[in-house]
Amino acid sequence: MGMENPVYMDHNATTAVRPAVKDALARALDLIGNASSVHGAGRAARKHVEDSREQVAALVGARPAGVVFTSGGTEANNLAIRGAIRGANRRVLVSAVEHVSVLKSVAEPEIIAVDADGVIDLGALDAALAANDEAALVSVMLANNETGVIQPVAEVSSLAKKHGALVHCDAVQAAGKIAVDVKALGIDMLTLSAHKIGGPQGIGALVSADDQALQPIIRGGGQERSRRAGTENLPGIVGFGVAAVEALKDLPGAAGLNVWRDRIETDLAQHQGVRIFGAGVNRLANTTCLTMPGVEAEQQLIALDLAGIAVSAGSACSSGKVEPSHVLAAMGIEAEEAATAIRVSMGWSTTEQDVERFCAAWDDVRAKAQGKKRTAA
Amino acid sequence: MTEPNTFHETPRQGRPVYLDYQATTPMDPRVLDAMMPFFTEKFGNPHSRDHFYGWEAEEAVERARAQIAALIGAGEKEIIFTSGATESNNLAIKGVARLHGNHNGAAKTHIVTCATEHKCVLEASAALERDGFEITYLAVGPNGLIELDQLRDAITDDTCLVSIMGVNNEIGVIQPLAEIGALCREAGVFFHTDAAQAAGKILLDVDAMSIDLMSISGHKVYGPMGIGALYVRRRPRVRLQAMIDGGGQERGMRSGTLPTPLCVGLGEAAEIAALEMDEEASRLQGLKDLFLDKILKRLDGVTINGDREARIPGNLNLSFSGVQAEDLTAGLKDLAISNGAACSSATVEPSHVLKALGLSDELSAATIRIGLGRYTAEDDINFATETIIAEVERLRRVNPRQPSAA
Repeated sequence: MGMENPVYMDHNATTAVRPAVKDALARALDLIGNASSVHGAGRAARKHVEDSREQVAALVGARPAGVVFTSGGTEANNLAIRGAIRGANRRVLVSAVEHVSVLKSVAEPEIIAVDADGVIDLGALDAALAANDEAALVSVMLANNETGVIQPVAEVSSLAKKHGALVHCDAVQAAGKIAVDVKALGIDMLTLSAHKIGGPQGIGALVSADDQALQPIIRGGGQERSRRAGTENLPGIVGFGVAAVEALKDLPGAAGLNVWRDRIETDLAQHQGVRIFGAGVNRLANTTCLTMPGVEAEQQLIALDLAGIAVSAGSACSSGKVEPSHVLAAMGIEAEEAATAIRVSMGWSTTEQDVERFCAAWDDVRAKAQGKKRTAA
Repeated sequence: MTEPNTFHETPRQGRPVYLDYQATTPMDPRVLDAMMPFFTEKFGNPHSRDHFYGWEAEEAVERARAQIAALIGAGEKEIIFTSGATESNNLAIKGVARLHGNHNGAAKTHIVTCATEHKCVLEASAALERDGFEITYLAVGPNGLIELDQLRDAITDDTCLVSIMGVNNEIGVIQPLAEIGALCREAGVFFHTDAAQAAGKILLDVDAMSIDLMSISGHKVYGPMGIGALYVRRRPRVRLQAMIDGGGQERGMRSGTLPTPLCVGLGEAAEIAALEMDEEASRLQGLKDLFLDKILKRLDGVTINGDREARIPGNLNLSFSGVQAEDLTAGLKDLAISNGAACSSATVEPSHVLKALGLSDELSAATIRIGLGRYTAEDDINFATETIIAEVERLRRVNPRQPSAA
C-alpha cells in the first residue's frame, strides 16, 4: 500500500458504513433479544426491526409491509425471481447486463439485448413478450454496477404490464445514488443491499410494491411473514434502516458527485483513445468505466494499488479468474478493448483530494506504460 | 460503551434477568471488539480481488473460516458461510435432496429426520415432501432421544440423507451423534446434523462422529446474528445444489457478498468457545444443579422434560402442573424466559417437541424453558428460583387444581 491515506474508489463493490450507521450498529450489537421472543427483550428487538422496515420502505417509496429482509442483494434477487415463478410457471426475461445473481437465478432466462451504450432494447423486449403467451417475469436493473448506466425501468414496466408480466428491478446500485420510487417505476418487486448504501454487509431486502406472493427459498420459523425464515439479523437490520435514512438525506450529495466524475473524465479523456462507456446516456453520477488504451486492467490495478488507490476491473466476483466483462461484451465492446477498462466508483466518503490523487496516479501509470512500450519498440 | 444506550428500555440494573440462551445469546464483548474494525476502516468487499481493501477483508474471512473449522475438527475448505442456521439447514437438506433426487434412474428420494427437529428442518423436509420426496420422521422416547434401531430400520436403498439435530433447542437433550454417524456411514447415506444448539456447548468432531454436514449459528454461540455456517465434507465429497446463485462465492454453494464483520465475529466466537467450553460447561452444570435443587426442594408437581443425563447443562425444560406457562411468564416480569422456541408466529401452539415426548397438551401448556449461559451468575439463579417459586405458588393458590393432577 502507498504512502498517506489510501484512496478508495470502489464504492460499487462496497462502502464503509456511515458514521450514523456505525453508532447505531454499536448500540444494536449490544442488544440481546430474539425479535421473535415474547419477553421484554424480544419485544424491544421487534420494535427496532419494524422501525427499520419503515425506514427502508421510505427510501424507495414503498409500504413497510412490502419489505422482506434478506441476507443481501443476491438472496433478494434469487427470492424475487425464483419465489415469484415457482408454482406460477412464468418464463423469465432479463437484460444482458444484469448482475450474475439475476442471470443465474434460473437455468435459462431469455436475454434481452442492450445497445452500444448499455441501454436495454425496448423493441426487443416488446417483441420477446409478444412472441409468447405464457406468463412472464421481467427483471431489469435500475443502474448497472460496472458502467453506472441507468435503465428506463418505468418504460420497461409499462411495456411489461401491457403483456401482463411481473416486473422485478435490481436497484442495488441505484438506491442511495438516485431517487427510487417503486410506484413511479411501476414495478412489482425491487432489490436493495445495505452495504452499497453505507450500511452493513450481510443484510438486504426484497421490497414488494404490493403484496407479491412468493415461494420462500429459506423455510422455517415463518419469520418475515413466511417469506423468509431465520432469526432476524437485528443489528444488520437496524444498521440498514439508519443507512436508508442517511442515504435518502444525502441524495443531493450523491448527485453532486457528477462534478468530480466529469472532472475525472475530462482530465483522462484528453489522452488519445481513452474511451468512457455509457458516456452519452443517463448514468449514475458516481461511476465511470473507462479504458487506458493498450494497458491491461490488471496492470493498471497493480500500479494504482502501489500508489495507494483502490479501483476495480469490474464487479467483485468470487472466481478470482479474470473473465471478460459480460456487461461490456453485451455492449459490443471487443474483448481486447474491454480488457483495458477499469471501474472507478465514488461514494459518501470520497474527497476532492481522492479525485485529484486518482487522476494523477492514473496519468502516471499511463505515461509509464507508454514509455515502456516506446522503449520496447 | 460510554454513551447511554438508548436501545435499552431501562438501565442495566433494572433489566430482567436473561434466561433464554437457547433463543439467542448476548454477543461476547471480545467478539464485538474483533468485529468493529471491519465495519469501518477495514470495510472492504472480501471478493474484491483488485486492491488491498479486498485482500484485507478476504484474509479476515479466511481466518474466521479456520477458527470455525477448528471448533468441529473440520478442514477450513469445508466451511461455508450462510446467513444463519435456518439457511444452513435448508441448504443442507434441500441441497443434498435436490441434487441426489434428480439422477435419472438412480434417484434417491428418501430422507430420514426426527419429530423433534427445529422447525426449519421440518419445514424444509415438508417442502421436499410436496415435491415428491418421502420423509420418515423418527419418533423419540419419553426422554427425547431417538432409538438407533428405528433409525437403522428406516434407512432404505432410496435414502440420501439422515438429518438429526445435535442438541434440542427446547429440552436440551443430546442425540447420540457418533452412533448415528457410524450407522449412516455403514449404510452409505449422508448424515447432516443441526448443531445450532450444540456447537460450542459440547465437543463436536466431524470425523469421530462421521458427520457429513453440520449447521452452525452465530447468535447461539455468543457471536453475531445474521451469520451461520454449514460444514460440508470434502472426503468423501458431499455435493449439493445451491439455493442462492450468483457470483459463485463459497465454491458455488452459496452466492452473495460475504459479510466480513459477521464472519469475523463467528470465527472469534468459535475460537472462544473451543477454549472455554469445558470450564463453561462445568460452571453451568453447577448453576443448573443449584437451580433444580432450589425448585425441587420447594415445589411439588414439577416435571423435568428430556433425558437427565444426555443433556447440555445450559438448559432446563420444566413443567409445573396446574400452572399455565403463559400466566407464569407473564407474571415473571423480571425474568426473560420462554415457554418454548422463539418462533415467529405470535400464535401459541403446543410444542411439537413436548408432544413428541408424549406430554399431554395440558402439561405442555404448563412448561417453561430455562436457558443458562456465559453471563448467568449465581445471583441470577437465586433471584430467578425465588421469583419462580413464589409465582408458581401464587398461581396454584388462586387457581387450585384437583389433587389428582399434582
